[in-house]
Amino acid sequence: MAEEIKGGCARPTGGPVGEEAPPEANREKQTMQEGKKMIQVGKKAPDFTAPGFHKDIFVNVKLSDYLGKWVLLCFYPGDFTFV
Amino acid sequence: MSIDSMFVHKMWNDHELSKMVDGGVPFAMLSDAGGKVGTVYGVYDEDAGVETRGRFIIDPDGVVQGYEVLTPPVGRNVNETLRQVQAFQLVRETKGAEATPSGWKPGKMTLKPGINLVGNVWKEWKTDMAFD
Repeated sequence: MAEEIKGGCARPTGGPVGEEAPPEANREKQTMQEGKKMIQVGKKAPDFTAPGFHKDIFVNVKLSDYLGKWVLLCFYPGDFTFV
Repeated sequence: MSIDSMFVHKMWNDHELSKMVDGGVPFAMLSDAGGKVGTVYGVYDEDAGVETRGRFIIDPDGVVQGYEVLTPPVGRNVNETLRQVQAFQLVRETKGAEATPSGWKPGKMTLKPGINLVGNVWKEWKTDMAFD
C-alpha cells in the first residue's frame, strides 16, 4: 500500500492533501474562527501523505489508501521519549 | 507519527524498539516535519514544537470515530484503545442495531436501541456492569 521511497540526502516531507484553499468570500469567516481547531468525531479524517519507516524500508504513506480498513493514527512527542 | 525524520525513526527502531518488540515496530512510523498534519488534527503544540499524544480511531469509510489526546508524560492504555475499536466494529457490523453500554467488553451484553428501551435501560443494565 505504502510506496517505497529512496533514502536520499533530501529530507522528504508530507502534509495534508485534498483540501482546497477556501474561496475569498469565506476567508474572513475562516479568520474569525481561527485558533486551535480540533477535528470532530463522526466527520471525515483529514487526508494526508507522510514519509516514514516501515519494516526496514522508507515509505510514503497516504491515509486515503487505507479506506476499507480500520486505522489507528497515533501522534507522540518524539523518538526516544520515554513513555 | 512525530516531527522526527524517517531517519531518526529508523535509528529508534533499530537501536531501542527492536530490543523491546521482536522484529521491530510492526507498523509505519510516520514523519510530520513542521507539524503540518498534527496541526490539522489539533495535536501540534506550537510552543513546544512537538506533537502531543493524540490517538485517532478511523473507520473503513475514513470517518473519525474517536480520539484521545494526552500531554507527554502519561502513556496510553492500548487495551482501552483496542476495546473501543472492537466496540465500534460491533456497532458497524450490526448497522447500529446494537450499542455498547459503559464498561462493555467483547462477550458482554449490548443494548438494542429502540422505542421499547426508552426509560427501560435500568431493567437491562446495572451500574456494576460499568466496572466489572
